[in-house]
Amino acid sequence: MSEATAQTTAPAAASAAAVLAVPRSGWHVATVASTRRETPNAARIELEVDGWPGNAAGQHLDVRLTAPDGYTATRSYSIASSGTGTHVTLAVDKLPDGEVSPYLVDEVRAGDMLEVHGPLGAFFVWAPDAAAAGDPAADATRDTRPVQLIAGGSGVVPLFAMAAAHDAAEDPTPFRLLYSVRSPDDVYFADALRRLAAASASLQLDLVYTRRAPEGWPSPPARITRDVLEAAVIPAAERPRVFVCGSTGFVERVADWLVELGHDARSIRTERYGGT
Amino acid sequence: MQHVDGNALAGPLAEFFSFDMTTATARCNGCGAIGELARAMVYRSGAGTVVRCSACDHVLATLVETADRAWIGLSGISAIEVRRG
Repeated sequence: MSEATAQTTAPAAASAAAVLAVPRSGWHVATVASTRRETPNAARIELEVDGWPGNAAGQHLDVRLTAPDGYTATRSYSIASSGTGTHVTLAVDKLPDGEVSPYLVDEVRAGDMLEVHGPLGAFFVWAPDAAAAGDPAADATRDTRPVQLIAGGSGVVPLFAMAAAHDAAEDPTPFRLLYSVRSPDDVYFADALRRLAAASASLQLDLVYTRRAPEGWPSPPARITRDVLEAAVIPAAERPRVFVCGSTGFVERVADWLVELGHDARSIRTERYGGT
Repeated sequence: MQHVDGNALAGPLAEFFSFDMTTATARCNGCGAIGELARAMVYRSGAGTVVRCSACDHVLATLVETADRAWIGLSGISAIEVRRG
């Protein structure tokens, strides 16, 4: 509330409700720029967000839908993009009984408007090394530990943002992504991941297929095991920073195994999206 | 009930606090564990949100939101630490 407004409404200050009423800051109107299928069950949605301040890799936003009768539903979605500017990329998985995701995946069209709150969350984020970006003063605080990303299904979205930011910044930190996915068709950002993981590139990519593997894949489809995890993540001895995102069950299994394998629990950051 | 974690509190708590509360550390009244709120367990239902300690399951906080108000109880948190700068 501005000072001028406060003065002109002074009598209303006697009401506690008036004193405590706060503007809902951080909410923005987003216009859907485009939408396309990401996988058979997910859509990639490009948003142009009025007043968006930019976001770090790994952050999320809340989307609020309001029905004609005033009923609202709010859900959190990870952001697949990062950096300055007002353009935001989402990749949304359709939950069979969802209130919001079926609308976002099947109904939303270019030109539609959405209410979004964000950027949100400073815990599950990765930022390029300031020292590598040419700031010598940052040398003292430079964290040179390698980064291990571990994704289950659509949990890859914030981790993809981190891998893409890492590549764009030409950051020298070693990056490795272990991505558990149902089938080759279900891989999010497949082309971009392939490019990031190509020969000279910045990312080491390990895929685990849980239902159907590509022709000639060396192992039959199966859920991730402790042995697979041990073989495909940066060893605990190298003290990697680890980011794990996926369903609650996936994240908790993986996090428990990582600790059993000697990883420091404080170096493991997790984000659970619920689900199965 | 399937839970998520404290990362999901970033939006709701932004209505109460001027900084990102999910990176603040909180001390559990139940067991004394100290950790970032992002590491807490979060149970959501139509009635509201319950935040529990990931170490002992003690209720740290409860959150109720309606169209015109938001309410937070912090009964299980004895201290909160915020990093400056």
